[in-house]
Amino acid sequence: MALQDVCGFQDSALYPACSSSTTVIPDEDNWFYSRSSYKHNSTWREPRAKHGGIPLCFFIPRSQNTLICANHTNAFFSQGSNPSTSVTRPFPLSHGTTTLAFSFQGGVIAAADSRASCAGLVACPTTNKISPIHSHLVVTSSGCGADCMLWERILAREIRLYQLRHGRRLSIVGSAKLLSFMLHPFKGTEVCVALTLCGWDREERGVHSETQGGAMESQVGTAVKSNKGLSVCEIPVRCVSEPLPANALSRPLESEIQRKWEDPEGRVEPFMLSHHDQRTKTQAASNQSPISSQITTTKQSGPRLCYVCSDGTFLRGELFSVGSGSPYAYSVLDGAVRWEMCEEEAVSVAREAVYRATHRDAYSGNNVDIFHITARGWRRREREDLREEYYRERLRRRGQMKVREREETKGNEERMRREDAV
Amino acid sequence: MLSSDSYSENGKMRDYHYTGPVEHRFSPYSFNGGTVLAVAGEDFAIVASDTRLSEGYSIHSRDSPKCYKLTDTTVIGSSGFHGDCLTLTKIIDARLKMYKHSNNKSMTSGAIAAMLSTILYGRRFFPYYVYNIIGGLDEEGKGAVYSFDPVGSYQRDTYKAGGSASSMLQPLLDNQIGFKNMENVQHVPLTQEKAVQLVKDVFISAAERDVYTGDALKICIITKEGIREETVPLRKD
Repeated sequence: MALQDVCGFQDSALYPACSSSTTVIPDEDNWFYSRSSYKHNSTWREPRAKHGGIPLCFFIPRSQNTLICANHTNAFFSQGSNPSTSVTRPFPLSHGTTTLAFSFQGGVIAAADSRASCAGLVACPTTNKISPIHSHLVVTSSGCGADCMLWERILAREIRLYQLRHGRRLSIVGSAKLLSFMLHPFKGTEVCVALTLCGWDREERGVHSETQGGAMESQVGTAVKSNKGLSVCEIPVRCVSEPLPANALSRPLESEIQRKWEDPEGRVEPFMLSHHDQRTKTQAASNQSPISSQITTTKQSGPRLCYVCSDGTFLRGELFSVGSGSPYAYSVLDGAVRWEMCEEEAVSVAREAVYRATHRDAYSGNNVDIFHITARGWRRREREDLREEYYRERLRRRGQMKVREREETKGNEERMRREDAV
Repeated sequence: MLSSDSYSENGKMRDYHYTGPVEHRFSPYSFNGGTVLAVAGEDFAIVASDTRLSEGYSIHSRDSPKCYKLTDTTVIGSSGFHGDCLTLTKIIDARLKMYKHSNNKSMTSGAIAAMLSTILYGRRFFPYYVYNIIGGLDEEGKGAVYSFDPVGSYQRDTYKAGGSASSMLQPLLDNQIGFKNMENVQHVPLTQEKAVQLVKDVFISAAERDVYTGDALKICIITKEGIREETVPLRKD
């Protein structure tokens, strides 16, 4: 799609072959222009602004009330926007989902279920609701499946074009603003898109970051040039010293240690490291590299999270959950997300939140996908089927109940023995 | 052409009973029935469809297959509103020809799928009422199936059923080809003969239970040698 625009390819198949003789020359100042089409009494709307224009041509039918009276007229200049389509669709479109994203000291976690439902039918149990746009940006989608898919493509295309034209990558907030701007003409129509852009803004080469003290600046500068400095995060050490919350969240860690992580180049790391291993690894690494590995979260770089919706909402924040299952996910996340979390804890919180939401929401289910975005880029966790999770949890609870019963009987026996002794 | 009020969401006709005066509006859509199925194997792909064209209580034709050959390695199955199916396939053919003339090679299955997605989304506000499934061979010669919804959302699958009997056939395929919801079962890869037999059996079942599916079954088997077609009779009632 990006290549098409750079080469100036004209998509002539979308234009009716025998359109009327009126051709409208694209006006640089006007955002919209319309052209008459003799066949259906309908207007082509082709936004053609020079920068950030919507690349697809949309065919928008006119309202059926005016269809009859406008049958013989030929003047079809845009009568304001008549976006509310009156053609009733005889089929339902896919909706219903649970997606969430939050940022913490180790980056951004994005998680989603994988069910695409269409009215009452599960249209696809294995959709990908989280898609990478580039190495440091990942988008979670909810709403109408087709809208999300196409708008992600359009967003990826526009970001790539920006990069080619200006020689630098658009920031996450900039990408979100661009997307919001592109969606604005469709406000009020049935386009239903709610995307969460999760990413990491990278430090620019040669751009000075606004940090305190010159020493930090030069450190950051050299960190950019060498790959080692940015990659290692020493926070897991801190995480171990803080006690993990003693609730069910601590349990899933044991069962999920075996999942694999995949990165954009397709390299697969076999096991998630346990706390101990990660600590020794980071210590060893920090001994080797001369630059002390601090998290390089400055004003211009660091984790970013933006929410963009087709009704015009554009929000920046640190925790978002979208979809029909989001209330259930919010309750889990609000109770457990902290900035100081370590990676394993964050992943298990995200997994738990999606699991609870899929358990209670009928339109979410099947598998859970988790992405983790750091300064190094995004990494994807192996897809996990949550169906088994319910039974595993029942077994765990039964085990806990047995332990409790045993303790109770022991306590009763002791009490009886004491009474006898007395 | 009946209005869309008399059709419920999945395209079947609503029961006829008196609810009071109802204003009927002209609906540009109509539901013509039919089921399409596609299966991808290791080095083959199968696209099959029934050949019944119906509308409401009538059958317009018993010999209207819904598979259309696009290139030597790709076949598309389209069911839903027959008018939109025909126009859509004409547009795809035109775009394929343009591509062939500009680039001196045929479009690959993946490229056709991506292109179809943008064609369908261009009509987001007045959609083509067509459920598409593309079956073919990808660049490596492996079978590929791409399933679409009417507004252009698509993804690559191993098997997919679309059309009026899709909700009946999809769980059966999940069980027989995907081995889902079965325990202690060996996952054997699907051979071409077994796949063809499975498709025939599955359509016979669909014809038993769905009124819009029947008459005959047309199977297109795509391998690197080319496209082979088979026709099997189904229930005519």
